[in-house]
Amino acid sequence: MSVSGDAAVSPGTGDGRVVVDLRSIRKEFPGVVACDGANLTVRAGTIHALLGENGAGKTSLVNVLGGVYLPGAGQIWVHGTQRQFHSPADAIAAGIGMVHQEFRLVPTLTVFENVVLGSAPRYLDMGQIIERVSHLAATYSLQIDPSRPVWQLSVGERQRVEILKALWRDADVLVLDEPTAVLTPAEAAALGLTLRSMADRGRSVIYISHKLDEVLSVCDEATVLRNGMTVAQPRSLVGIDRSDLAEMMVGEAAAAIQRPTDQPSGDIVLELAGISALSDRGLPALHAVDIDVRAGEIVGIAGVSGNGQRELAETVAGLRPTTAGTMHLAGVEVTGASPRARSRAGLAYVPEDRLGVGLAPTMSVVDNAVVRSYRSMRRRMMLDLQGCEDFCRRLIERFGVQVGRLHEPISALSGGNLQRLLLGRELTGEPKVLVAAQPTRGLDVAGIAAIQSQIVAQRAAGVGVLLISEDLDELLALSDRLIVMYEGQVAARMDPTQATRAEVGAAMAGTAAA
Amino acid sequence: MSEDAVIGLLVATVQFATLVYLAGLGELIAERSGVLNLGVEGMMAMGAVTGFMAAIATGRPWIGFAVAALVGMATAGVHALVSVIMGAGQVVSGLAITIGGLGFAAFIGQDAVRERADAVFTDQSIVGLSDIPWAGPILFDQPPVVYLAGILGIAAWFVLTRTRLGLALRAVGESASTTDSVGHSVTMLRSSAVLIGGAFAGAAGAFLSLYMAAGWTEGLIAGRGWIAVALVIFGAWRPGRLAAGSLLFGFTLALQPRVQTFDLSIFGLEVNTISPALLGILPFLLTVVVLIAISFRARHRPSPAPAALTLPYRREER
Repeated sequence: MSVSGDAAVSPGTGDGRVVVDLRSIRKEFPGVVACDGANLTVRAGTIHALLGENGAGKTSLVNVLGGVYLPGAGQIWVHGTQRQFHSPADAIAAGIGMVHQEFRLVPTLTVFENVVLGSAPRYLDMGQIIERVSHLAATYSLQIDPSRPVWQLSVGERQRVEILKALWRDADVLVLDEPTAVLTPAEAAALGLTLRSMADRGRSVIYISHKLDEVLSVCDEATVLRNGMTVAQPRSLVGIDRSDLAEMMVGEAAAAIQRPTDQPSGDIVLELAGISALSDRGLPALHAVDIDVRAGEIVGIAGVSGNGQRELAETVAGLRPTTAGTMHLAGVEVTGASPRARSRAGLAYVPEDRLGVGLAPTMSVVDNAVVRSYRSMRRRMMLDLQGCEDFCRRLIERFGVQVGRLHEPISALSGGNLQRLLLGRELTGEPKVLVAAQPTRGLDVAGIAAIQSQIVAQRAAGVGVLLISEDLDELLALSDRLIVMYEGQVAARMDPTQATRAEVGAAMAGTAAA
Repeated sequence: MSEDAVIGLLVATVQFATLVYLAGLGELIAERSGVLNLGVEGMMAMGAVTGFMAAIATGRPWIGFAVAALVGMATAGVHALVSVIMGAGQVVSGLAITIGGLGFAAFIGQDAVRERADAVFTDQSIVGLSDIPWAGPILFDQPPVVYLAGILGIAAWFVLTRTRLGLALRAVGESASTTDSVGHSVTMLRSSAVLIGGAFAGAAGAFLSLYMAAGWTEGLIAGRGWIAVALVIFGAWRPGRLAAGSLLFGFTLALQPRVQTFDLSIFGLEVNTISPALLGILPFLLTVVVLIAISFRARHRPSPAPAALTLPYRREER
């Protein structure tokens, strides 16, 4: 979802004064060089895009600026002074405010408590603090109620709390890591306005994103990283289009994957009839959903995040009980069946939360690779460890996973490699149905292409695929049929060869005439 | 049942409540910072024996009380070192402190067992208030530690909810990484909370040896430290509810030795046939009920338990 073009386009008002200057930064982790020769020059009053594929070193670079990582080499200059940041507190003191992808908020505390945490007055005069926080929020058109506890807030509101935290500390450089990944289009547009009003007041924003349209509409300048190195630093984005940016990022133009045009005619392998389910909070999340998927067909599920897609995936996987309806998998009723029974009936599941539900972060690559099929790797009562390793090696080779050591914790892998391994693991044993939730979210261009071509290959192999995604282009390119969800119901069923983005968008917003 | 017997029961209720409230308040402060300290029983024993010995040696109960708080703090220092600074398991470290503290207290207190208790706290009636019928003898003719516990409770509430320090302490118990990222020292906050908790437990132990039992014997603490740990859960980690819970728990503790002397029948049940042993498990039973209630409520809102409780924190590089 990109910020609508007219929301935030205005030229940078920067006076050219350099606020942040990172020079030849090198940051190494065991076995991986995250940054080497990374430069970043940010001027006052501008919104500066930091672009690059996953694993290009963007997050590592801003974490060096934020005092989270100590660089191995290179210099950090802030306001013309060379600085050494030993902790996040040092960076905060120098005026660097970070909004990480995972929010650093305390859910049980209120908004204002989270905002002032770390730089509160000695005694908390609640009335006065709430007023000051409200005033700050109003100045930058951030809509928020300061006295609500954070656990009650939506993701977009939580992000506003993070921004308020930085503003409260009078940060003159705000770093946002993938800020719109979790936002609705309307929230993303509002964020664009807030950032512009910050820039207009002379502050600077470093904006990390994969979404090129969004970068073009929001940002004034850009820095492009490739393999940890700065490869381009356009001073202006006027006259630059998305394919130029994509080319800078990958070094070559990426071709979009497209499904074959043949008509799927296989049997129905996944059938949901009148399925209803509750959300985590016990509220209705799915209501009477009917979906069938044929063998050799990709059915795309579109919708704004939070309209029941996650619950749909979990219901099919057997992780969430249904309150009504029936479900058949390859002709077998699985309505109340356990996840394992479904897996044996031919279900492969790639969950949205790769490194929490899909994989066990602290376990090794091998352990994660075999966790679905270790039962077939027994030697009498024990696990056949050699067999496990061999299995893992074959998986890695077949799906092009880049791994340092087989026995390192899987959390050391980059997002694209995690997803390749996870998808590969799920696809062993010739499944009949693949449920993939946000399979390409947050991946780099090469990773997206690898995952998408795997999905298309599965379609060719006769697997029925239920593809849940928030990337409309992906859905339109890959799906044989497109289903739009809105508030837990099927809002529209579309033919992706006929439907326009605008029509799909209207259905996602709940305003379709369907 | 005579009026005197009822007043006696309620006076003892307030004193037992003070005992578990002091220890529980210390545990609450530690737990709000994210550190579970199961060493309360051991810290109380250390405080009880050293406080008693110091009071005998100096002839002043307040010096004994202060020594007990310092010794409780030092005992808790072991827990802070092992579980906060070194990041080892809090449960194991706490249990070790209970076992070690009880044993060490018994060892150093061998001679104190025979000591006469003369340097102990005495009741201080508050002029003007102690003559009120019922409330006077129950609330205002008590040893000074009772009044101190009330003041400490209000102070703890104020600090936790109305100051920067309290905000940081609550935050570090919910999410250490968040608190670290805004520039507070996780180690400093948690260690301080554990040390203060130890001081409170040590002081509670001294209240036992310098007033309630007025002497030291091995086994003096008799599980009251565990009741304090349960009380924190019962009080949902809030100082006010902790006070209410301590009165309830204090009542069952006060009732235990007295119940068989009561000539009273409620709904046909002869009170003096209730087993004191069964009364003894009442606090734990009530705690389990509260735990279940919390977990039911937690479906719709966050649990009142600090989210980072028992989780050690290490700043990580990736």
